[in-house]
Amino acid sequence: MNLITISGPPSSGKTAVTIKTAETLMQRGVKVGAVKFDCLYTDDDVLYQRAGIPVKKGLSGSLCPDHYFVSNIEAVLDWGLKENFDLLISESAGLCNRCSPYIKDIKAICVIDNLSGINTPRKIGPMLRMADIVVITKGDIVSQAEREVFASRVNAVNPTAIVMHINGLTGQGAYELSTLLYDEKVHIDSLKGRKLRFSMPSALCSYCLGETRIGESYQMGNVRKINLDEK
Amino acid sequence: MVSTSFLIQSSLSDLLEKYPYLHAFFEGQAFAIEDRMHQTLQQILSGIDEEASEDSAFDATTFLLQLKEYIEQMQEFLGEDQHRLNSISILPGTDKSGTSEQFEVVELHKSTITSIVGPTGSGKSRLLADIEWVARADTPTGRTILVNGELPSTDWRFASARKLVAQLSQNMNFVMDLQVQEFLELHARSRMVADEQTVIKKIIDAANDLAGEKFEPQTPITSLSGGQSRALMIADTAILSTSPVVLIDEIENAGIDRKRALQLLIGEEKVVLMATHDPILALMADQRIVIKNGGIHKVLKTSQEEKNMLVVLEEADRKLQHLRTKLRSGEQLQRI
Repeated sequence: MNLITISGPPSSGKTAVTIKTAETLMQRGVKVGAVKFDCLYTDDDVLYQRAGIPVKKGLSGSLCPDHYFVSNIEAVLDWGLKENFDLLISESAGLCNRCSPYIKDIKAICVIDNLSGINTPRKIGPMLRMADIVVITKGDIVSQAEREVFASRVNAVNPTAIVMHINGLTGQGAYELSTLLYDEKVHIDSLKGRKLRFSMPSALCSYCLGETRIGESYQMGNVRKINLDEK
Repeated sequence: MVSTSFLIQSSLSDLLEKYPYLHAFFEGQAFAIEDRMHQTLQQILSGIDEEASEDSAFDATTFLLQLKEYIEQMQEFLGEDQHRLNSISILPGTDKSGTSEQFEVVELHKSTITSIVGPTGSGKSRLLADIEWVARADTPTGRTILVNGELPSTDWRFASARKLVAQLSQNMNFVMDLQVQEFLELHARSRMVADEQTVIKKIIDAANDLAGEKFEPQTPITSLSGGQSRALMIADTAILSTSPVVLIDEIENAGIDRKRALQLLIGEEKVVLMATHDPILALMADQRIVIKNGGIHKVLKTSQEEKNMLVVLEEADRKLQHLRTKLRSGEQLQRI
């Protein structure tokens, strides 16, 4: 079974791109399954089901979604193996821009959209910098010039990635993406011992443990102070 | 080739002098470059401890790899002759039912216009996608696309600085909150154009020439009228876009001189492809591709009779425009 991870800021078009791409793979007889990781709420699983793609969803709730992802991805892989998928897609939202749910040697795709603003590529951390493929969406509603500027900004942040433009509504470009996703020679049977491409955002302070009161005396653990003296 | 050891032993100021485009690359990085100009990369990298690198999500190995890749891409990009595409050839594949397309080859030359006609869902987008992806019998249609008569490298598919196709369509808008001048500067910089101001002036002049109503370099792009936006997009794509092929999805017949717009594009040696059902636009093309059931059904040269008809249609169009102008200025219309 192949495994790929797709992530990107909320509402960038991850699910639309994934479903359109999965559909072209399924037409070629590839058995695709999906897992959607989200934080508080998602009904994207319904969209997957409607497209005929077996899906599981996981909500991290009060936990950091990335920590939740990495503690569950192994079980998810086992589910995929049990279901006999050829390709398992793990989709997760990057909620804090410091997210990095990518695993070494597992194909990683970042989806971002043209409407998010030209400085966004610089604001997104390892999720964009360490992706193998960057998919840019919503190109059908902005000008050619803006598409070119946006793509060049993405390229400056991650020159080694393949950059693709995909229309999540019509599926234009999805077939092309699909040819890069599935390799029948690849078999991922276990993730045990594999490593993340980059460490996850860390914190362990009193607020992680449920503290709600504001004030110096309630702050314990890994706490950092804003520097207001900097010019 | 750039060697990694050369890179890490160079100071930032040396690197920036040698590769000025690295500004864009360094700006997105974890360390501020201004106060470290005289340090070598090695010094800078060794100054970032584990905590700082985790904090700013910085990975030195990836950084060096990407720096090298960026320089190599840019060198290749800058060394290229932008106008080296002379023609695109489409070799036949099959339609949706698997029937072979009945043509030998469709040639699209630079500075010519090809219109594409066919009902919605007939496969126009697939044809355009085949061209954009530089298909080599590996898309659902099985078509093959040649560049300058040869099977090109797959670089066209992946290199972000050199996409084969630029697109202009009705529902595209400007979304950045910038003045025309600033906007074009941004685009010119992303292309690393040498003589920025001359190019920008050329684009604004060309756009004003196409649009009925003139705008200023200081006009915010989001407050341009529909016709002005369209004119600016076309002028910018003609003059500043790297893509040698321009794909147009209809041009609205309001506030813009469509004939001049097309002339501007072919004057800049673009291969122009235009999906349209407007007879005036379709007949301005040198040839038209008829799509049916996912396949190229026919390729028609614009006949002499059609060219004569175009003259009549353009005359009728002028009359209509004239009435529109009169209406706008509050006059009563007389029978013409």
